[in-house]
Amino acid sequence: MSAHVEEEHFAGSNKLFTSIWVWLILLTLVEIFLAYRPMPIHYMLIILLGLSIIKAALIVAYFMHMKFERLSLILTIVPMLVVCICLLFVFFPDSFRSVGLRYEFKEQPPAAEEQ
Amino acid sequence: MSTEARAVHFPAADWGGGVHPYRVGHRKLGMWLFIVSDSLTFSALLIGYAYLRASNVWPTPFPFYPSIVFSSVMTFCLLSSSLTMVFGVSASSHGNKTAARKWILATIFFGVAFIVLHLIEWNHLIGEGLRPFSLPAHWISTFTTTDGKLPTPLFGATFFTITGLHMFHVATGAVYLGVVAARVKKLKHEDIEISGLYWHFVDLVWMFVFPLIYILSVDVGGHLAK
Repeated sequence: MSAHVEEEHFAGSNKLFTSIWVWLILLTLVEIFLAYRPMPIHYMLIILLGLSIIKAALIVAYFMHMKFERLSLILTIVPMLVVCICLLFVFFPDSFRSVGLRYEFKEQPPAAEEQ
Repeated sequence: MSTEARAVHFPAADWGGGVHPYRVGHRKLGMWLFIVSDSLTFSALLIGYAYLRASNVWPTPFPFYPSIVFSSVMTFCLLSSSLTMVFGVSASSHGNKTAARKWILATIFFGVAFIVLHLIEWNHLIGEGLRPFSLPAHWISTFTTTDGKLPTPLFGATFFTITGLHMFHVATGAVYLGVVAARVKKLKHEDIEISGLYWHFVDLVWMFVFPLIYILSVDVGGHLAK
């Protein structure tokens, strides 16, 4: 019976969800503001990714209710995702090698025709 | 169904599997596993995009109006749709299925608004001459580097693929929520919560797509003369 009750109870008040929504909007406005600040692209990328991860964590924890789930579920899903994404990143430095491999056109190729 | 009814009275251990693995119910776990697999699909596409961007001259053509304004309003629509969805799930957990239906319909409204705005934005870019494998002529002339390197036409391919796949998820989600809203009185609370999980996932993906595709390609300084 207790498992049934646990299943039906959806923790978190509407006030909490609204405050999370306000935070998400504010973080988005910060991102848009940063778009027009001159800075090296590496810093921009790290800050934007950091903000995106914070926003994703807020959505997963509160809207998707993960904060109120069992730790076993969190431990099954989150590390799996992090590890797989890190594995995808392993090949990223290869892009710096391939920068120098591009064929340099001496004249412009034909541009797209307006249709 | 009868095994499920009996199992409810026997709380399973977290790792016991069966009908309530991790005490969430097997359908909800199924949706979580689908979300993980779909996250990996989008991660692979975004990392592929990052790879191409690092190894090519990349145009940054998005003007404040209409591109950034439209995409910001689209972000607002999706975030608001997540809020209305969570209100709907909360109403459903309190047994108020009528309120849940209203909140789900509001979620669908914001989702459809997102799609309409996105299609208008696509139309604007296609009208300028952007295609999956070629750039408009004025973009090529603006973004060619001082040492003569041309901007890559893969801008179009990555843009349309990533935003197109996301838009497809939003459209599918809107249909899914439409079915849930229509059948809300017959569905269990868990099923409404599961549809909420899918919708929040769609919003979550946009939290990465918007900064990486739009914010990083803003035309700061208005280089693109029209």
